[in-house]
Amino acid sequence: MPKFLVQVVIENKPYINDPEGETIHRDLVVKGGYSNVQSVRSAKMLKMVVNSKSEKDAEATVKKLCEELRIFNPVVSNCTIKATGKI
Amino acid sequence: MAKIGIAVFPGSNCDRDVHHVLNNVIGVQADFIWHTKDRITGYDAMIIPGGFSFGDRLRAGIIAAHSPIVQEVKRMAKDGLAVLGICNGFQILVESGLLPGALLMNDSLRFVCRWTKVEVKNNKTPFTSQFAPKQTFGIPVAHGEGRYIADNKIMKELKKKNQIVLQYSNDDPNGSTDLIAAICNEEGNVMGMMPHPERASESILVAEGAKSNAITIFRSLVSSLKQKAIA
Repeated sequence: MPKFLVQVVIENKPYINDPEGETIHRDLVVKGGYSNVQSVRSAKMLKMVVNSKSEKDAEATVKKLCEELRIFNPVVSNCTIKATGKI
Repeated sequence: MAKIGIAVFPGSNCDRDVHHVLNNVIGVQADFIWHTKDRITGYDAMIIPGGFSFGDRLRAGIIAAHSPIVQEVKRMAKDGLAVLGICNGFQILVESGLLPGALLMNDSLRFVCRWTKVEVKNNKTPFTSQFAPKQTFGIPVAHGEGRYIADNKIMKELKKKNQIVLQYSNDDPNGSTDLIAAICNEEGNVMGMMPHPERASESILVAEGAKSNAITIFRSLVSSLKQKAIA
């Protein structure tokens, strides 16, 4: 069966302060001369390799497991799931 | 005689402190229960102690929330037994869905380990019944992810149903919404708190001038169990 890479990005919702992103933005990016960068938000990424018959199926499996196992806390986080092809 | 279970996970590190306070300072029987146990009988209350269960992998409390013992704790909570989560225990209760909201990294981005002060906002729970209304007391905190967050809808519910139990008083160690230090469920039998009462239950542990009544958390619990036994 083919293998697919699926990326899971867990990001806090816009109403949540992100002191890590703010610090990276203010004290590294802007002070480093990139003042055209408007903002930085930090997030966590998981890469899952899934045995599956199609890319769509691999993505569906990961979507299901993220909700079932609470890979993200829906009160504070959004989760973006994207298959990025065969490996 | 009331018996209290203490859930132990790989990475728990306040389990022995809680065990010592209950058995040796208060004089109530408390036993360690390993996280793989999927059937618990003969216990009147459960405490989920602090620490770093499963190394805080993915998110503090989430792996432990899926463990067999927590499914059993959910059943006990539904049956009306008292469940107290301290620090990592609070995080586990939130991640298991027994309490609403989330605990995120402190807004300082630092692990905070120091004494603070809290005010009792609800003294009608099994964990706070021996406190006076609005009583304040000193207690230590030690956490990296203690910023309690809830959306407007949850906050409204918490306020309406009097579920905010402790609030930081004249101090903000982590950036929690409304300075929340402890909340309970709607029924009041499940409480999660970030500060550590087991680290302030003997005078030798209390910081100079801190005047701690933190042991009252455990005394309230034991007294509520005794009342239940009589009824």
